[in-house]
Amino acid sequence: MGKTFAEKILAIKSGKESVVAGEIVTVSPDVVLSHDNTAAISKKFKQIGIDKVKYPEKLVIPLDHCVPAASEKYASNHKTIREFVREQKIENFYDINTGVCHQVLPEKGHVLPGTLILGADSHTTTYGAFGAFSAGIGRSEVASIWATDEIWLKVPETIKINIEGKIPSGVYPKDIILHIIGNLGADGVLYKAVEFSGKVVREMSISGRMTLCNMAVEMGAKNGYVEADEKTIEWLTPRANKKYEIIKSDSDAKFEKIINYDISKLEPQIACPHTVDNVKPVSKVIGTKIDQALIGTCTNGRIEDLKIASQILKGKRISDRVRLLVFPASMEIYAEAMELGILRELIRSGAVIMNPGCGPCLGAHEGVLAPGEVCLSTANRNFKGRMGCKEAEVYLASPATVAASSLYGEITDVRGNLK
Amino acid sequence: MSIKGKVWKYGDDVNTDVIFPGKYTYTITDPNKMAQHALEDLDPEFAKKVKKNDVIIAGENFGCGSSREQAVTCLKYAGVGAVIAKSFSRIFFRNAINQALPAIECKEAVDNITSGEEVSIDFEKGEISCNKGVFGFSPLPKEILSIFNDGGLIPHVKKILKI
Repeated sequence: MGKTFAEKILAIKSGKESVVAGEIVTVSPDVVLSHDNTAAISKKFKQIGIDKVKYPEKLVIPLDHCVPAASEKYASNHKTIREFVREQKIENFYDINTGVCHQVLPEKGHVLPGTLILGADSHTTTYGAFGAFSAGIGRSEVASIWATDEIWLKVPETIKINIEGKIPSGVYPKDIILHIIGNLGADGVLYKAVEFSGKVVREMSISGRMTLCNMAVEMGAKNGYVEADEKTIEWLTPRANKKYEIIKSDSDAKFEKIINYDISKLEPQIACPHTVDNVKPVSKVIGTKIDQALIGTCTNGRIEDLKIASQILKGKRISDRVRLLVFPASMEIYAEAMELGILRELIRSGAVIMNPGCGPCLGAHEGVLAPGEVCLSTANRNFKGRMGCKEAEVYLASPATVAASSLYGEITDVRGNLK
Repeated sequence: MSIKGKVWKYGDDVNTDVIFPGKYTYTITDPNKMAQHALEDLDPEFAKKVKKNDVIIAGENFGCGSSREQAVTCLKYAGVGAVIAKSFSRIFFRNAINQALPAIECKEAVDNITSGEEVSIDFEKGEISCNKGVFGFSPLPKEILSIFNDGGLIPHVKKILKI
């Protein structure tokens, strides 16, 4: 019987000949992510009672959750992190001028196929888009890895999700993953590894695959994974900071389940308040008034996301009743969008271009909502209170749907607005 | 060890944003102050009225969403003695073990316990006693139980490293 990707990589990282799903193993990760929570983690680390991080070269620390600092408290938090980084001689530190962690790690070459990446952030699942095994863990666990270079993981069963068919016009990777989450539910694949495959995934850009894996956690997955291929290698070639080996599931691997989707007739999808699995086709919520529109975040702040938004908005002006905030996911993307003239188009249409970072996605700053307001966002969560106010509502959609909706001040079917 | 406490019962998919709002994640660092905001966006009465060893009962996927460990810390410092759910989100479950907050999966108990009643939990026997009877639950696997028994991950690592 063959092995799944999860079984193969966790055997390698635990130094065992082979492991099976259900087994608990002790592994040593290749990369350990923390962000603005590094200050809190360093406090836990010091509670252990040792002075030096065991392998500082494994740590990657981008600041992104509240950048630049919104208040004295956030500023002090960042200051503590910068001091810790200097003290521990951590080379892979990315200050506020870099971008959102889940974009920065791949861009800077820290994400490679066949690596194990753990991070104190639930959307660490994103790196599966490059054929890595990546999962979120807690702060105490990161502190403990800094000290010991070890952590226990249960080898997950794998659910394979085959996405077949032809992507209809106006439908994007975000619509596909929202549809799958709506179909399977917020706990649909709890504790499981998810392997995305099928023709649609093979044809999908790296950016789209990142959107799928980023949101895998919203249906309870431990990790999301896409087999690395020529596209992955091409994307990584100018960035990879070391050699890597592609690890794939065997053709006779034992999957717990194989779920098939044909998306040929899918319409644009919307996640309605206040859960990510409350997904409806756009036709069911068309006309819902919005006050704010957000394009960006680790889910949808990449160049192809900004490009499609600018194409929809080109030569038009957004509704007077809407604030459109655009957060490129990284400075690299920001610069590229500037060179391509995308930012100019967005500004002419009435958008506010923000600095790369998480922005108001977790309710910290830069566009939080007032009571009674509605935001249509390309982010990954719409929980009550998520954008800073529990009396506000958050809907989630693709960048194209958000752009089209900002023109009318209400949720709009983008298919009528494509040139 | 056993505890006895009043039940606070909630539904499925109680997420970490309603347990501990994101807007506080970098501004509140004192665990006792975190406790004052526990479940703020789900049940504003909870933090005001919760007593030591009270028990949260919930449906599927408790603690879904963010990896924020404060979602466990705020409940622990609010006095919560255990969370019993049909299932837990995996990061919340790990965080609970790492802070030695009992997170017990028991579908039957959840279906049979009502809000406001008093329940007792015997951790050695793996039993939950409530008005409708006694329900058993499985102990943690031995590799993980030692973390819980040492009082959480940080004390556990200290012990391993002999510090």
